[in-house]
Amino acid sequence: MKQVHFITELFDKYDGRDLLAYLNAGGFTALKKLLDTGSEAVLAEIDASGLQGRGGAAYPTGKKLRQARAEKAARKFVVCNADEGEPGTFKDRELLKRNIYQVIEGMVIAGICTQSQEGIIYVREEYTNMHDEIRSAIAECYKHNYLGKGVLGSPYNFDLKLFSGAGSYVCGEGFAMCESMEGKSGRPRSKPPYVKQEGFLRLPTLVINTETLSTIVSIIKHGADSFRRYGTEKSPGTKLISISGKVNRPGVYEIPFGLTIREIINDLAGGIRNGKKGHFVQIGGASGGILPERLWDTRYTYEDLAKAGLSVGSGAIVVADEDNSLLDYLKVVQDFFRHESCGKCTPCREGNRQLRFIFERITNGTATAADYANLEIVLDVMGKASLCGSGKTEVVPFRTAQRYFPELFMTKETYAAKKAVV
Amino acid sequence: MQTVLLTIEKKVSLTIDNKKVRVPEGTTVLEAAKKAGIHIPTLCYLKDINKAGACRICLVEANGSLQASCVLPVSEGMVVKTNTPRIRQMRKNILALILANHNSSCPTCVRNNNCELQTLAKELNLREEIFEKEYSHHIDDFSPSVVRDDSKCINCGRCVNVCNDVQTVGVLGFVHRSDRTKVAPVYDKSLAELSCINCGQCIVNCPVGALREKDNTDLVWEALADETKHVVVQTAPAVRAALGEEFGLPMGTSVTGKMVAALRRLGFDKVFDTDFAADVTIMEEGTELLNRLKNGGPLPLITSCSPGWIKFCEHKYPELIPHLSTCKSPQNMMGALLKSHYAKMNGLDPKDIVVVSVMPCTAKKFEVQREELAVDGIRDVDISITTRELARMIKEARIEFNELADEPFDEFYGDSSGAGVIFGATGGVMEAAIRTVADILTGQDIDEVNYEAVRGVEGIKEAEIQITPDLKLKVAVVHGGANIKTLMEKVLSGETQYHFIEVMACPGGCVNGGGQPIVPDKVKMEKDVRAERAKALYYEDSAVLPWRKSHKNPSVQRLYKEFLGEPNSHLAHELLHTHYVNRQ
Ligand SMILES: Cc1cc2nc3c(=O)[nH]c(=O)nc-3n(C[C@H](O)[C@H](O)[C@H](O)COP(=O)(O)O)c2cc1C
Ligand code: SF4
Ligand code: SF4
Ligand code: SF4
Ligand code: SF4
Repeated sequence: MKQVHFITELFDKYDGRDLLAYLNAGGFTALKKLLDTGSEAVLAEIDASGLQGRGGAAYPTGKKLRQARAEKAARKFVVCNADEGEPGTFKDRELLKRNIYQVIEGMVIAGICTQSQEGIIYVREEYTNMHDEIRSAIAECYKHNYLGKGVLGSPYNFDLKLFSGAGSYVCGEGFAMCESMEGKSGRPRSKPPYVKQEGFLRLPTLVINTETLSTIVSIIKHGADSFRRYGTEKSPGTKLISISGKVNRPGVYEIPFGLTIREIINDLAGGIRNGKKGHFVQIGGASGGILPERLWDTRYTYEDLAKAGLSVGSGAIVVADEDNSLLDYLKVVQDFFRHESCGKCTPCREGNRQLRFIFERITNGTATAADYANLEIVLDVMGKASLCGSGKTEVVPFRTAQRYFPELFMTKETYAAKKAVV
Repeated sequence: MQTVLLTIEKKVSLTIDNKKVRVPEGTTVLEAAKKAGIHIPTLCYLKDINKAGACRICLVEANGSLQASCVLPVSEGMVVKTNTPRIRQMRKNILALILANHNSSCPTCVRNNNCELQTLAKELNLREEIFEKEYSHHIDDFSPSVVRDDSKCINCGRCVNVCNDVQTVGVLGFVHRSDRTKVAPVYDKSLAELSCINCGQCIVNCPVGALREKDNTDLVWEALADETKHVVVQTAPAVRAALGEEFGLPMGTSVTGKMVAALRRLGFDKVFDTDFAADVTIMEEGTELLNRLKNGGPLPLITSCSPGWIKFCEHKYPELIPHLSTCKSPQNMMGALLKSHYAKMNGLDPKDIVVVSVMPCTAKKFEVQREELAVDGIRDVDISITTRELARMIKEARIEFNELADEPFDEFYGDSSGAGVIFGATGGVMEAAIRTVADILTGQDIDEVNYEAVRGVEGIKEAEIQITPDLKLKVAVVHGGANIKTLMEKVLSGETQYHFIEVMACPGGCVNGGGQPIVPDKVKMEKDVRAERAKALYYEDSAVLPWRKSHKNPSVQRLYKEFLGEPNSHLAHELLHTHYVNRQ
């Protein structure tokens, strides 16, 4: 059981656009179930499923919905995070393209469960080509009363619209997203108060990932037990992963938690291209950790990855072969972050400036002991003192690379001296 | 019946560095620590104005995790540590990162010895700049008032918030991202091309030397050295209330006598007091008010002595231009009189007179250049310098300021009333005007001259004063762009009606002007600069000066008798009044 179809059940069962076809394929039964059984039953189901947010932070979704429900305000928002800014991640795009109605259904459910009446789908700017299709799907749902006043004759109202993202990675972060929707430049705010308390327009806002929403629908439809049939005790269910890099069949796959990295690469993605040897993978996006080939038997679960210093993150897996230099790879990662940092806080703004200098010298072979010492300091400050998750998690690839390839982060002399001691 | 709202303030207990602290809910850890006598270092933080949590210098350990204390609300039972080895090291490293993007050149920097970054490096005991340096070299010095030196900017955002939120001018902002982030005038233009009102509030709130006044001291030195020139100086009221701070004297010390002595040592031929012209302003503006009351408007009459406000009005509220008093500011009235009356009395050719003004204000530098502020092609005022520039000249001339014996201003143009001196604080012009207008309308010499309702630092002050049985004068006093905006929008919508409004662009009026000595945020957390400095002026008004009403100033009386004739006379109009430009 390598690839499964729990969340992606309806992929290719209909064209992904036609509301009637979605209904015929069993669409909106989760919403109807919610209207029949009430929010509490549905929240209990989500709790029982053990679903954790798929946007990267892995916060228990049931708990998150309950917290959102507890916020008291006349206006509250649900925002579907479809910013999908992590490099190597393109699974939300598939969900929007091949089954947009399930995302909308998830939004209506999240809205009703949290007593919010307004929803926004924040779609990555680069996905412009899909904006019209999403808008027309929303219009269809309005027409048939899946959205709007008194959803399906119930007392609940729910409005939904699309917001086109501002094209920066940091806008995927909750506060930056709110700022961006308010027409400001997407720069994170300090917490607390949290987004759930004072988000968009300083009103309670639930920011939830596209995949999380789609998964909720499937869980309600089929029950928490059928979700838990997949995965491990601590990582129940299935996950969409995006594989790219030096593999034969890059793409999006739904997998049960617990496969090993090697199985994913060999059995799903068709192995390394041109029969080359694997070198390392980066898991979870640009802010994800580096795992060397010798550890590819690690299982893809929250708990096993954590032990190795990594996390599931966005679900991206980028595969590098023997031809890829890790240092060159990290330089590209650094370039990405330096380009994307919003520049608000010192650790990330100035840290990225220094990383640029240091990586320039590390990759051209002129780095000195002082550069490696400064690298330590910069990573320490960024990881611990940055204002938002972007700066904080940027250090992960470098830290894990240091852990598994320590010889690359010291001068030849230091390395020789260390080896002599051993 | 009045409803009484009882709000019960919730208190929160926490421990900071092993001290138990109890503070109201919502207090930040930074503020709570201050109450416990613990000073956490800050840099981007600016009390009441900037709370970005961006520089990260104020990090503390709260329940074990590193947090920026300026934005962290206290919570019950929280355990805070502000001084652990880990925190001290982290702060040093953050500071070292900031310095890598900073043109550290303290010995030649305008902020040397009064710089929050420099102080911080000293306090944190940072001994080395370990990181590779990279900073912009761009300097914007096209504005007559404000110079921006990118190489010193640390991206703290204070000026952005001051310009946007306090002054509501909004010509500064962040541009670009990441390590290219910088604070710059909007649209990447020069401040000179934008609706910047030259108030200099960004300068006095910048922690470092990235913003400074356009220095004109060279021009003054040059004039003083030119034997063919008769160089006279005038000092605005607020200067004496703050100049002493540059020489280590406590805030609120009035240093009039020493200032005059120092100016003589610098070589000025005459040392005059802008307060004299402030008294003349009251004669002119008071008469203008009386005429407008009599002739049915346009009312409200709005004061025109703050050049920051004038430019603000010309950009944002051109429809209010007819309401502006046509009076030139005291600075320019003084200049115009010196180059006419004074020149004639002393047999001088106005072309040989150089009028220097010492002002608490950077907008005055713009004002002296305005085309319309000249008579027969001769500029009213030639050079305007700020309080800070004067202090630098005194230091450069190696004058021991604090050792100087008090000296009086030169006669006639150095004579002023208490009404003139309080011009330097918000409400002062209004109070001075009422003192005179009330006497004129009642035909009496009214004893009570203290109008407390218009004093103080509240943003918008309103008062109704029963002057005569048929005239209840309705006035408002406003200072700081945001308050001005609020009030003017009400005036425009007709929501409120006044006879007379005093407006000062800077919060607190001229005492807190953009040309005044710069006070570090650490001190601002303890003291209200506006109120402290104003005290010095009200002291002079009540205890030092012989007359407290402008029209009682005998030199002003003589000026009208021997030269101008009546207030608002033809000659007075030619010399002392002006017009404005729609800049929208
Ligand atoms: C810099 C940064 C970028 C992020 N980008 C995304 C993103 O593109 N998509 C996303 O779903 N979550 C992103 N997140 C996580 C969100 O802040 C948030 O945790 C998530 O959308 C919550 O949804 P979930 O509970 O369903 O995971 C990002 C976080 C950070 C700090
Ligand atoms: S960590 Fe980076 S992205 Fe986040 S606020 Fe700081 S500068 Fe901006
Ligand atoms: S801004 Fe401060 S630290 Fe920088 S050069 Fe000037 S005095 Fe020195
Ligand atoms: S001088 Fe005043 S208006 Fe101009 S940029 Fe500075 S704060 Fe803004
Ligand atoms: S100019 Fe000064 S106040 Fe403005 S951001 Fe730079 S350092 Fe801060």
